[in-house]
Amino acid sequence: MSFAPSSTSTPSSTPDPTPKPRVGLFVTCLVDMFRPTVGFSAVKLLEEAGCVVDVPMEQVCCGQPAFNAGDLASARKVAKPLIAMFADHDYVVAPSGSCAGMMIKHFPELFANDPEMAEPVKALAAKTWELVSFLTDVMKLQGVAAAFDGSITYHDSCSGLRELKVKEQPRKLLRSVTGLSINELQEPETCCGFGGTFCVKYPEISGKMVGDKTTDIKNSGADMLLAGDMGCLMNMAGKLRREGSDMEVRHVAEVLADMTMAAPGIAGSEKG
Amino acid sequence: MENSTSPKFKQNAHDALNDASLQRALGRLKTGFKDKRTAAIAQLPEFEQLRDAARDIKNHTLANLDHYLTAFEANVIANGGHVHWCADAEEARQTVLKICQDKDAKSVLKGKSMISEEIGLNAFLEKQDLKVVETDLGEYIIQLRNEPPSHIIAPAIHVHKEQVADSFRATHKGRDINRPLDEPRELLDEAREVMREHFFAADVGITGANFLIAETGTSVIVTNEGNGDLTQTLSKVHIAIASLEKVVPTLEDASTILRVLARSATGQEMSSYTTFSTGPRRTEDLDGPEEYHVILLDNGRSNMLGTEFQDMLRCIRCAACMNHCPVYGAVGGHAYGWVYPGPMGSVLTPSLIGVEEAGHLPNASTFCGKCEEVCPMRIPLPKMMRHWREREFEKHLGPQSMRFGIQAWAWMASQPKLYQFATGIAARALKLIGGSKRAIRKLPLASGWTDIRDLPAPQGKTFKQLWAEQQAAKKA
Repeated sequence: MSFAPSSTSTPSSTPDPTPKPRVGLFVTCLVDMFRPTVGFSAVKLLEEAGCVVDVPMEQVCCGQPAFNAGDLASARKVAKPLIAMFADHDYVVAPSGSCAGMMIKHFPELFANDPEMAEPVKALAAKTWELVSFLTDVMKLQGVAAAFDGSITYHDSCSGLRELKVKEQPRKLLRSVTGLSINELQEPETCCGFGGTFCVKYPEISGKMVGDKTTDIKNSGADMLLAGDMGCLMNMAGKLRREGSDMEVRHVAEVLADMTMAAPGIAGSEKG
Repeated sequence: MENSTSPKFKQNAHDALNDASLQRALGRLKTGFKDKRTAAIAQLPEFEQLRDAARDIKNHTLANLDHYLTAFEANVIANGGHVHWCADAEEARQTVLKICQDKDAKSVLKGKSMISEEIGLNAFLEKQDLKVVETDLGEYIIQLRNEPPSHIIAPAIHVHKEQVADSFRATHKGRDINRPLDEPRELLDEAREVMREHFFAADVGITGANFLIAETGTSVIVTNEGNGDLTQTLSKVHIAIASLEKVVPTLEDASTILRVLARSATGQEMSSYTTFSTGPRRTEDLDGPEEYHVILLDNGRSNMLGTEFQDMLRCIRCAACMNHCPVYGAVGGHAYGWVYPGPMGSVLTPSLIGVEEAGHLPNASTFCGKCEEVCPMRIPLPKMMRHWREREFEKHLGPQSMRFGIQAWAWMASQPKLYQFATGIAARALKLIGGSKRAIRKLPLASGWTDIRDLPAPQGKTFKQLWAEQQAAKKA
């Protein structure tokens, strides 16, 4: 089975009068290792929106796990190469509000004592975007050519929501998906209890939080759960499975890119 | 409160999560506080600008704290009152005791004060054979139950009304043991009757202070029960105990901050009572205390000035952060193990009792950011919790395994080729373990994850492997 689209879009034969923005895709560690489909969905969405996508192959991680553990030296060591790696791109786009938030909001703090890094870090922060908000707010995408016959519910991941103000953007694009309806959660903005290393440092508290979340999700009556961050999605999907629910769970980019047929949902067993 | 149970936060949290009665009580946070705050703020279009103004007032005050504190002191003295500068809890306790002894006091009435909790005042005064009565209903309930508060504005939020009735029956002797105490009204009426007797017999009344106003030498309390007013006006001596960051320059500044305080706390426009105390009773006054004292407590706060934790001193104790915190909502206030729970406690407690003691608190956060979103003083609480984690890391505190894990991971993550090789193997291995369910129920060394939830299995190859294959195919 292949998770990549079988054919990527071919360049049009007539030259484009305005140069296409060159987007560097920041894949994120979790998408890279756990869910490549999200990366290919992002590439498809960006290309369809008129971007040229480049994936620097030396990229690893934004350094957030070390940053949030208080280990600033390690965080800098991991983060620093990215700044040069993406220096020549018009934009940097990540299918994650958390990783984009790290680069936009926290790199300036992380390198605050390094005057040489001030300009490059500022430049990177200014051109970095979370995927869906980039599509709507920069590329002015009004809708997508996708279909999904059923209802979805949407969890607003904390970093995207509060650091980057991602709230309406995914809903706007989801409403353009043919056949899709949205059942909102009672508390879409309440944290799912992932929190990076929090979920393994304080598993019982995390368990209570994600349990409250899955109750809300199940009560929504939706066929599918969507969100914009793999960490939250793996936490919620893992809890749903543990509770015996087979509800389909996906990254929002997969639905928007019409790639739900490319792979089963997250922790989704083979069916139908 | 001298001793904390913060080091055993995990055990405390475990107990709290398995306490059905507490869990039922915590369910009330939403309708009791969150919905009311949302409604109050929706009616005030200038709320965001007021937050900025409130933040700026406190920032200015903290930048000139010495000036405003000495101005406050001078004005209290000019009004005939006394100011006692106390460096730590012990000095504050001894100062209160001395005032009580000088008046030959037998009984002490208390208005609600978190500083009193911080310095463990009740237990100390009782050891000195003073009768101490809390007059705030919530504080009174937990005093009867011999518990610390679990919330900074609703100290007995963890207690159900049936439990209050049990405490009243056990304590209020000489009443019909079968009297009805099922309704909140009946409990309130009985508390009121009992409290009346105390009010008329009190020698010393101790309150906290929400603000100290430098230009007038005034202390301000906000309450909803009126108990604070009676405590400070009926007693012969009024002692206001306050930490030094409570000072604001002017009356105007206090009223600006008051506009965000009650809305953030209880969703009220203003609390029922906002009481200004300026000096002792003047000759033409009909009532009021003979003496007016202010205890100005530092207890570690001046050490926060000029550090990355200075912004915490803007806190006005509205409790919006804990009302909205999903971690507080899961475990309640007692789990935090010291006086101040929730996000504000997770920043303040390490400042006051040391990160060695309270290191769990800033770690037990997902950094969801809800606390900062609702904080009327725009305190960057998650950022400061992260700063505590940095201090911990510098001091080699925290679990050694976590430290080693992060450093090993960072080493790997700075070698892209090795990292890709390793994640490539891991992705394939985990996919195999996940099998047709595509989820892993149990994984060695990952019990923190798998005790609670399945681990979704990877798809098999990494994105970068697939991308490289695709690019190669295109070129071919």
